[in-house]
Amino acid sequence: MATIIVDNKSYTVDEQQNVLAACLGHGLNVPYFCWHPAMGSVGACRQCAVKQFKDDRDQSGRLVMSCMTPATNGTRISIDDPEAKAFRASVIEWLMVNHPHDCPVCDEGGECHLQDMTVMTRHVYRRYRYQKRTHRNQALGPFIRHEMNRCIQCYRCVRYYRDYAGGRDLNVFGSHDAVYFGREQDGTLENEFSGNLVEVCPTGVFTDKTFFHHYTRKWDLQAAQSICPHCSLGCNTTAGERSGTLRRITNRFNSQVNGYFLCDRGRFGYEYVNSPHRIKRAVVRPDCDRTKPGQPEEVPQAIEIAADRLRRARGVVGLGSPRASLEANVALRSLVDPQHFYQGVDEQERQLLSTILKIFQTGPVPSASIHDAEQSDAVFVLGADLLNEAPRLALALLQSIRQEPMEQVDELKIPRWDEAAVRNAVQNRRGPLFLAGYQRTWFHEYATDTYFAAPDDIARLGFAVAGSIGQGTPSVPDLSPEVKDLTQRIAEALTHAQRPLIIAGTKSGSQATIEAAANVAWALHQQGKQPRLSFVLPECNSAGLALLGGGRLNDAFDAIRQGKADTVIVLENDLYRRAEAANVDAFLETAQTVVVIDSVEHRTTAHADVLLPSATGPESDGTFVNQEGRAQRFYQVFVPDGDVKESWRWLSELGRATSQEGGSESGVAAWRNFDDAVSATATAAPALARIGEVAPSASFRLVGQKVPRQSERYSGRTSLISHLTMHEPPPPVDHDSPLGFTMEGYRGPLPSPLISQFWAPGWNSIQAVNTYQDEVGGPLRDEMPGVRLIEPVATKASGWFTTIPRAFQPTAHQWLLLPLSAVFGSDELSNRSPAIAERIGKPFLSLHPSDGARLTLEDHSTVDLVLQGTTYRLVVHLDPSTPVGTAGLSLVPEVSGVSMPAWVDLLKAIQTEHKRRAA
Amino acid sequence: MERPLTQHIHPDGTTRTLREYVKTGGYRCLQRLSSGLAPKDLQRLVTDAGLRGRGGGGFLTGTKWSFVPMGADAPKPKYIVANGDEMEPGTFKDRVLMEGDPHGLVEGMILAGYAIDAEVGYIFLRGEYHLSAQRLTEAIAEAYAAGYLGTPLPGTGFRFDLHLHASAGRYICGEETALINALEGKRAVPRAKPPFPQTVGLWGKPTVVQNVETLYNIPHIVNQGSDWYHRLSRTQDGGTKIYGISGRVANPGWWELPLGTTAREVLEQHAGGMADGVCFRGLLPGGISTAFMTEEHLDLPLDFSSIPPEIGRLGTATMIVLDDHTCPVGFVLNLEKFFARESCGWCTPCREGLPWVAKLLMSFEEGRATSEDLSLLKMHTKWLAPGHTFCGLAPGAMAPLQSALKYFHDDFERHISTRGCPWSKKSSQQKVLV
Amino acid sequence: MLSEIERRELEDAVKHYPDKRGAAIDALLTIQRRRGWISDDTLFEIAQFLEITAEDLDSVATFYNLVFRKPVGRHVAFMCDSISCWIKGCEQVQEQIKKLYDVDLGQTTSDGRLTVLPIACLGQCERAPALLIDQDVYGNVTPEKIEQIVEKYK
Ligand SMILES: Cc1cc2nc3c(=O)[nH]c(=O)nc-3n(C[C@H](O)[C@H](O)[C@H](O)COP(=O)(O)O)c2cc1C
Ligand code: SF4
Ligand code: FES
Repeated sequence: MATIIVDNKSYTVDEQQNVLAACLGHGLNVPYFCWHPAMGSVGACRQCAVKQFKDDRDQSGRLVMSCMTPATNGTRISIDDPEAKAFRASVIEWLMVNHPHDCPVCDEGGECHLQDMTVMTRHVYRRYRYQKRTHRNQALGPFIRHEMNRCIQCYRCVRYYRDYAGGRDLNVFGSHDAVYFGREQDGTLENEFSGNLVEVCPTGVFTDKTFFHHYTRKWDLQAAQSICPHCSLGCNTTAGERSGTLRRITNRFNSQVNGYFLCDRGRFGYEYVNSPHRIKRAVVRPDCDRTKPGQPEEVPQAIEIAADRLRRARGVVGLGSPRASLEANVALRSLVDPQHFYQGVDEQERQLLSTILKIFQTGPVPSASIHDAEQSDAVFVLGADLLNEAPRLALALLQSIRQEPMEQVDELKIPRWDEAAVRNAVQNRRGPLFLAGYQRTWFHEYATDTYFAAPDDIARLGFAVAGSIGQGTPSVPDLSPEVKDLTQRIAEALTHAQRPLIIAGTKSGSQATIEAAANVAWALHQQGKQPRLSFVLPECNSAGLALLGGGRLNDAFDAIRQGKADTVIVLENDLYRRAEAANVDAFLETAQTVVVIDSVEHRTTAHADVLLPSATGPESDGTFVNQEGRAQRFYQVFVPDGDVKESWRWLSELGRATSQEGGSESGVAAWRNFDDAVSATATAAPALARIGEVAPSASFRLVGQKVPRQSERYSGRTSLISHLTMHEPPPPVDHDSPLGFTMEGYRGPLPSPLISQFWAPGWNSIQAVNTYQDEVGGPLRDEMPGVRLIEPVATKASGWFTTIPRAFQPTAHQWLLLPLSAVFGSDELSNRSPAIAERIGKPFLSLHPSDGARLTLEDHSTVDLVLQGTTYRLVVHLDPSTPVGTAGLSLVPEVSGVSMPAWVDLLKAIQTEHKRRAA
Repeated sequence: MERPLTQHIHPDGTTRTLREYVKTGGYRCLQRLSSGLAPKDLQRLVTDAGLRGRGGGGFLTGTKWSFVPMGADAPKPKYIVANGDEMEPGTFKDRVLMEGDPHGLVEGMILAGYAIDAEVGYIFLRGEYHLSAQRLTEAIAEAYAAGYLGTPLPGTGFRFDLHLHASAGRYICGEETALINALEGKRAVPRAKPPFPQTVGLWGKPTVVQNVETLYNIPHIVNQGSDWYHRLSRTQDGGTKIYGISGRVANPGWWELPLGTTAREVLEQHAGGMADGVCFRGLLPGGISTAFMTEEHLDLPLDFSSIPPEIGRLGTATMIVLDDHTCPVGFVLNLEKFFARESCGWCTPCREGLPWVAKLLMSFEEGRATSEDLSLLKMHTKWLAPGHTFCGLAPGAMAPLQSALKYFHDDFERHISTRGCPWSKKSSQQKVLV
Repeated sequence: MLSEIERRELEDAVKHYPDKRGAAIDALLTIQRRRGWISDDTLFEIAQFLEITAEDLDSVATFYNLVFRKPVGRHVAFMCDSISCWIKGCEQVQEQIKKLYDVDLGQTTSDGRLTVLPIACLGQCERAPALLIDQDVYGNVTPEKIEQIVEKYK
């Protein structure tokens, strides 16, 4: 800690910081542009100038850039110094020389950092009276709009896109006052994290194109806290609505999870909420006649019909969902009784999840948050394709590889925030990152070593690494010399690190990989390291569902087949993504009654006898548990139109409708509001006991008031529906949360789960986050970053996993078909968003070139593949990273039902044009 | 009067071969390295000689070297770079040396490399210097063939490799940290200091950048010693300096003279005074990043210590003369257009301020200026000061403008009051290139 | 496609640097010497050779003055427009060129023979005004002499 003097007042600051960050941390307003808490200082914009004095006798001082000045003890500066103020105003005046002053038509208006800084510096009148330079804008794809004339050349975009996010196709061109930020040519920005440009750019050059399509001003959004439902990481988002349409997703800072950044799937995947395929009305199939299509039905009748069926059922099975909230799953479990509640996931996934839970519950190594991942100094990834399965974690690892070289930076006495100097000192050196998988992406170029192999071989590598680190760990026979070498390199790097991180995936379905990862982490723990362990899970609430527990999907199928039950309730789940179509068909057809509760139409909803429209995440309250075991609350943003209700509410109503008349309501039937759901969830499983602590309950008030979802500038409330009625309708009442659907309410410091919009006087842009932190870049003040439900209790591993698979052997006729995730395409909900849909690739089959030759297939040729009774048209990719004897199938919507891994005789299953003609 | 740097340069413009160079004592001092002159000794020798950088900054070369980490633990490789960018308008001294005596630079580089234990050297040459490039390429090849380069110096274990890099042209490349970025194949945007290149330079390794002329001095210091070197100069800064002059003078050209020679001597004795029919109004003493000196300053010794900072600084010592037939506003406009065009575009004041300044000056020339424009010009001279911008380019750009506003204030006023340029027939309209 | 000779020249250039990227500027100038300018295709080929993206290379290419990203004539005349040459009348020389060949600064003659570009001080101030055509320097240029000079370049 150090003391610095700012305008003659002393402040205690962290001396590792620069003066700008130190001042902002104390709420002192110093304007800036090029500095960013996650990206350090480069001193380009000169906006953050302050006066620095040598000592208390120095009266004249000199202007310095606060972002480039270390906050060493005794540093004496003035922000209010007239010369410093005048200079800062002058910087804005220069930036305005070429700026088009088009705030009224600019999407950034009202949340523009440039506007904020202009006001802050009090620059008002531009004296430049010559022509402005103009640029041509580029078409950058479905996510990002480009308006170069608004550029203030802070260089943040290229620094973020290239240096932080590993992107390549955005750069700066030209020089002097004609520098241009864009792509080499028009075209879609390729990087998976391009959306953050919208928030990184301090003005309106890069804006959200999906938002543009249904634009509204920031202050006109009704917003609430959301949790991204598109992968298992649980990034925190803010969702904004107006007039019943979800308008956009922005990042919501959580120091432990997503920090300042989201991935593009998370940011642009929200439009499934507005999809024309949304289910808005309750639908009932008349007369139980399966030949007739369902008809819209009034809600009370629909409930009554469903309840009637349930009452008369010969047994009900309830199928839960890893994409539904914990509360919804608990509601179903309560309605059908726990012994009839089944986890709606396939058996392999269920097993993997239970192994993973056991590893965390019984082992000594804690799970890693994304923040932990960023801080780790050596990483070993087994079998997960992070860029496609858990993108934000890949972004974190791009930062983690800077950890190890930082030691050298410290030796050179370069402050870590001095970004350009750090990069010059570090050059291309990167900390250890080992990637073992079966699909190559650009992320692999950042790896120290890569290993492309079948899942069993990846597991063997993991076991071998554990074997050479730990004592008593099982050893792996028959390793090739290359793999032995690699094992040594990995083991060495991990044992040299202080905070090693082991990550494994579940997509390949390999139990052995999971166990191998645990062995590695435990072995490191045994060696006195502080390792962390992370598993990438299939969906946003996979962990929550696993903690809740439930039966196997096949047992549910059996129950119907064997006539033990005749009625099915499917909660937010497309069973055709879980099992082979024939099995699902049989299951749904055999059942007497199928009740489906979901938000968007899919193949399972088509089989519903009673279809109840459920609310999507932004339309409901709920809790998700992310892959590290962190429970996080999301809140309803707006009340949807139609019959749409939260799933738990439908289930609660069904519960009441099926209860004995006059009898006392119990279980879900007794739930009246979300707090009831939370209380019930807390008792549903021991691991869920702390769910109530995740966020304040509905009764929470500050100064007796609720927290408004609308900004104080929310406009047009009195006239929003004036085309229908003169009267302003009363706002909906929220019984479920401490939030109100109003402009009125408490405006002041909030518990962090209740912060939806970051705003402070003078800070209308997302940069306002700084004002919510004690130390910029650090946690929010009194942050409640969710509750980690599992922390290790064991101090050492109780035993090693010893089932080491045999080395993978390619066979003559069979290929091991492996799923290849795609950041755009593999997630059920985001695929329904038009912008994401535009980015989904054609389905493809990836083969090693030697296998391609065996099958006489050419790169980029098109084939038909018959799989599990369905024919898929696929493009062939010959890719040397595909392990020999395996075939990768891209998980895009067209192939979402294939269960994998699976052995397939490709010689038979593949139909080429040639073969077809021959036949 | 001794002229160690240039005495052997052929007046006919042909180059000196290795054989000629060796005949006049070239590469002789490498033997001193072999016979036990340690890098530290060489550093001390140069420090004692008081050699100051000839690139415009006048920094003590020995002091600069002393920041380089030395010894077995020092990072490897280290680099020495000759700054032959020479894009400062009015400056042509390095060209004269490189064309006339390329081996002097090679030898200077070897010695400087030895002094800081750098294995690799680069000569960063501006792209338009085709003749220099050709002659240096030949000289480097000769030096390799003769074993001065690429093979260990007998008895030292020191082996030096030297490469020539032709720039693709940008004034900012001359700034040493921008130059380093350019050498790395990147955009020539300057780097923040600290860390200084001496610790984190080319590819993150310790690097020393020296002006070409500075390097030419080193062999002579080694050969003849620091006392001799001090005696060359008339003032406390050691050595000779190549002074040059251009503009409307009788004989524009260059001369190697003792440091501390006055501008009047150069102008009157060597350049033969002003050209026929024009009178002296002022001069920029060393490239366009220096402030005007007028009649009253002509007797100041031109060196790194004698010019009071409120008057200006020496810069490269290649002067540009302003005469009474040339419009001082047009003169400054030409300079500011250059600076605006050559700004790297990294920091705001320079990138946006300089084009504005150029446009303001343009409006003076076109008769559209008001007195507010005059204050806007003054505002820029105040704000684009050292430390306010990222590097020295913009402050350099303000030096001539600020002094012009001081010495030629009436001329600016006249442009406003007469709504145009009083010299307009001669200085036909310049267009601001945007 | 880079020709064999071009490839060899690039390989030589790369040898002077610890990484390929270091040779970016040398590579651009080397290939430009053969092809006159750097077209998008050329840029792509060089980037591929250097194992960097076209974006990366173009970011560098567009920064520098002497890399031509647009076609130029068979010969390029660089007219120094800096201070000493300006004092000594470079503008008159330029006007004369315009009169003779109908090209402004930044333009190429209609027959593709000559591109005229402004350039920062050529370091020939003692013989101002100066002119660089291709690799040849001319000093003390006057409007009267210019035709004779340019006529050497067909
Ligand atoms: C904008 C700018 C341009 C410069 N151009 C040159 C140049 O062309 N040649 C040069 O030697 N130094 C130039 N310098 C100075 C260099 O940064 C550096 O100080 C010098 O090369 C050090 O060498 P010396 O110590 O031998 O003088 C320039 C500086 C600035 C700020
Ligand atoms: S002053 Fe700024 S913009 Fe100008 S050249 Fe230096 S760094 Fe670049
Ligand atoms: S924020 Fe300090 S210079 Fe840009």
